[in-house]
Amino acid sequence: MSDLVAAGLDMTFPMPDGDSVHALKDVSFTLKQGELLSVLGPSGCGKTTLLNLIAGFLLPTGGSLSLGGEEINGPGVNRGMVFQQGALFEWLTVAENVDFGLRMKGMKKRQTRGKVEEWLEIVGLQGFGDTPTYQLSGGMQQRVALARCLINDPDLILMDEPLGALDALTREKMQSLVLKIWKETGKTIMIITHSVEEALLLGERLFVMAPRPGRLHKEYHLPFAEWGLQKDLRDVKAEPEFSANRDEILSMIWNMEEEIMGGNA
Amino acid sequence: MSPETVRLIVGVLFVLLVLSFVGSIVYGRKVVRTEVTDAVFGNPVRALGGWYWVITGVCSILLLWFYFSWDAARAYFPNSANEMCQVARVDSELNALRSSFPMQSRLLRSTSFLDREGTQIENARRQISKSDIDPALRDQYLAAADTVQAMLLTRASAESLSAENKTAIDELARKIDEATARLADPAFPGPATEAEIKAAAEQPAWGEGVKKEIPDIPNTDRGRKFLKISEEMSAITADFTKIRNLDDDFIAEVKSLSDELKGLQTSGDDAEETKTLTKSLDKILKRIDDGNIFPPAALDPIENAMKRFNAEQSEQKGSLKILDALAFPGGEIRAGSTACTEQGSGRWLPKPSDTLTSLIEISDPTVGFKTVPLLWYEWKPASEMLAFFIPDWVADLVPGEYPRHTASGVIDANLKTKVLNFATGNYPSFSIPVPAGHLWDSIMRVLAGLFLGIVLGVPLGLFMGLSRFAKGFFDPLIELYRPVPPLAWAPLILTIFGINDDGKIFLLFMVAFAIMVISARTGATGTQLSKIHAAHSLGASNRQIIRKVILPNSLPEILTGIRIAIGVCWGTLVAAEMLAGTTGIGFIENVARKQSNYEIIWVTIILLGLLGLLFDLIMRWIINRTIPWRGKG
Ligand SMILES: Nc1ncnc2c1ncn2[C@@H]1O[C@H](COP(=O)(O)OP(=O)(O)O)[C@@H](O)[C@H]1O
Ligand SMILES: [Mg+2]
Repeated sequence: MSDLVAAGLDMTFPMPDGDSVHALKDVSFTLKQGELLSVLGPSGCGKTTLLNLIAGFLLPTGGSLSLGGEEINGPGVNRGMVFQQGALFEWLTVAENVDFGLRMKGMKKRQTRGKVEEWLEIVGLQGFGDTPTYQLSGGMQQRVALARCLINDPDLILMDEPLGALDALTREKMQSLVLKIWKETGKTIMIITHSVEEALLLGERLFVMAPRPGRLHKEYHLPFAEWGLQKDLRDVKAEPEFSANRDEILSMIWNMEEEIMGGNA
Repeated sequence: MSPETVRLIVGVLFVLLVLSFVGSIVYGRKVVRTEVTDAVFGNPVRALGGWYWVITGVCSILLLWFYFSWDAARAYFPNSANEMCQVARVDSELNALRSSFPMQSRLLRSTSFLDREGTQIENARRQISKSDIDPALRDQYLAAADTVQAMLLTRASAESLSAENKTAIDELARKIDEATARLADPAFPGPATEAEIKAAAEQPAWGEGVKKEIPDIPNTDRGRKFLKISEEMSAITADFTKIRNLDDDFIAEVKSLSDELKGLQTSGDDAEETKTLTKSLDKILKRIDDGNIFPPAALDPIENAMKRFNAEQSEQKGSLKILDALAFPGGEIRAGSTACTEQGSGRWLPKPSDTLTSLIEISDPTVGFKTVPLLWYEWKPASEMLAFFIPDWVADLVPGEYPRHTASGVIDANLKTKVLNFATGNYPSFSIPVPAGHLWDSIMRVLAGLFLGIVLGVPLGLFMGLSRFAKGFFDPLIELYRPVPPLAWAPLILTIFGINDDGKIFLLFMVAFAIMVISARTGATGTQLSKIHAAHSLGASNRQIIRKVILPNSLPEILTGIRIAIGVCWGTLVAAEMLAGTTGIGFIENVARKQSNYEIIWVTIILLGLLGLLFDLIMRWIINRTIPWRGKG
């Protein structure tokens, strides 16, 4: 089983002025295959750093990280990444973006065509294969980014505030899409967000992180993702349990922010 | 094309230009009035479109060119230049006379002489007082200066004018009046003779022939009249310059004073100083001796006669005056000793029609410029073409020795010889047409330099954008040579690589290389980290990331760099070709400059501008085609 295991992760950034930033301190958790994890926390608490460590873009200054028993020491195709702003290759068409990973493995365009069509349909972009990506709206660009990541069949999908730049309506649709993909593919997904509602909706498990130094503050196990697969997301949000959880987490984060402000004053 | 045809074309074209100019302005104003415009100042949409203003702009440039180069004047009034040439002859003959009076100069000549010499004497006095010669000697010098001044002043008194001079002055005034009367006489100078008509008809037209000057044999009655008068005026001016306000007594006086001054020179300690003092006073004396200073009213008869003549000349010029002012702007027609020439903008601004004729002339491949066509083709053996791409040293790599001649003087070719012959193109083959000529050479040099610059500069630039070592190592090299103006390198490079294509191409390569390195580097450093992260987690290798992510991502900068490099190379090339070489557009301009052939200079300027514009349009088209996403990411 390809579980993600983080043990005593520590990350310190040296600063040019000789100081150092302690971005993560003693982060340990295990993410089982097929789990849906959302990570929430005030800005600057090390969410992106944690994700970059898992993706292999950064190497931890302490502790260890492994996926399926293999130590992570660099980027790899078993971990797919979706960024806040698509990070699409704007010189390529939608189809060329989607099959980028396959082509890097040496496959020819005509070999990948079928798979590309398939994935475009799943993310709701059938017929857009030949469109240049710069002509797409923000939501469509994120769909392309999703398809581009999924076509590589990674064990773990990492998303860094993937819906942060979208308007409310598009965002809701994308949330459903993420849930649908999670259900249908059974992939492990770790999603970072700064929206409490989104974290509740898109998290079987939810980590709340605290800043200075960044660490795991609290963990929740939530039913809303499962509900969201059966019901309309808006109905899920209307549930009293949902509001209770939301208020609790909101005030927790609020207190953290207060502390930061207070500490600064 | 005959001059008449050219004039006709210019005439029609000028009218068409005026019509389109006026038409496009009218249309543009109408559009402005009917258009529902955005009232917000600063909205860039307001600058979109407006082809009619393009027409207005182009027409106004062309009209100004036609007008100020006198091409329009030549098209519509070819004879007026010939007439004005005759008038100019009169003016040129009368130059000496008129400048003696407040006509062409501010002061009467005698007045300005008196004034100037007075100042000179004052200066001499000061010089004498300051000198440290023997005081007695100094007094003597001062006394001499007083005498010189007194002599100067006597020239202004009415008594100084001799009786003969008085009659000569009256006689001259009478002659001028006679000339004025002839000028006013409609019958003068009578019908032209057969010979005159023939000569006038046979002379080259304005703009024709080698010198392209204005035909100077009059072909109108008015022209002949002015020519005749100018001949008369030539004699009158000669007589006038002979009148000098001098008499024997005065000359003797000057002579003795001059001797006296020479006597004051000593040979002792003061030798140097006395020599200069004597010289400065003597110089003034020599000028007084010219007899150019007259009593105040002495020359009045001549002045008055000249005033009458001037009035009549102006009267007779009639319509020419208006033509001169309107059709010949920015200069005038001047009569020289041999020919009449255009002066001012008519001279230094080549006429559009002459420029075009020159262009057509050198475009003819059988004529070309300095026996090389402008842009044509020539037949070259295909073997030579192929050999161009194969270095000769491949023959050296073939095992064995080159053959030696035998005792009987025979050379047996072996494999090595055959390879060498192949590499040097030394074998019979069919010929293929290849482009050739000045323009082709220039363009090829630019493209070759640019190509090398891109091929070597882009990879290095990308490398420098990605590697600290490459940046640190190459940055000083490039940043040290780049700010030096390319032309400062030219003498050195032309010495090392020779004045043929190699040197020029290398110079252009240097220019293009630096620009390409910098733009590729900027492009590479500007790649968003998230794109590189994405590519990594999609499984791209380092090489793939450079080729598939960083290179395309840098394309906007690289293409902009190429666009800039083309422009700079183009400019550098022309300057380099001016320094050395035997072909190319810069070479043409350099030769034309030495020959003062303004038409050809203008042709090269226009060709350079148009080709530069063409290159830029092509680049813009390529940029729009290849990086449509630019500014939309
Ligand atoms: N490359 C880096 N160099 C130095 N400091 C960094 C770097 N990346 C992140 N940090 C610091 O680490 C802390 C956590 O950053 P980040 O993970 O981006 O937070 P989040 O994504 O939760 O907003 C911040 O204080 C940030 O300034
Ligand atoms: Mg972040």
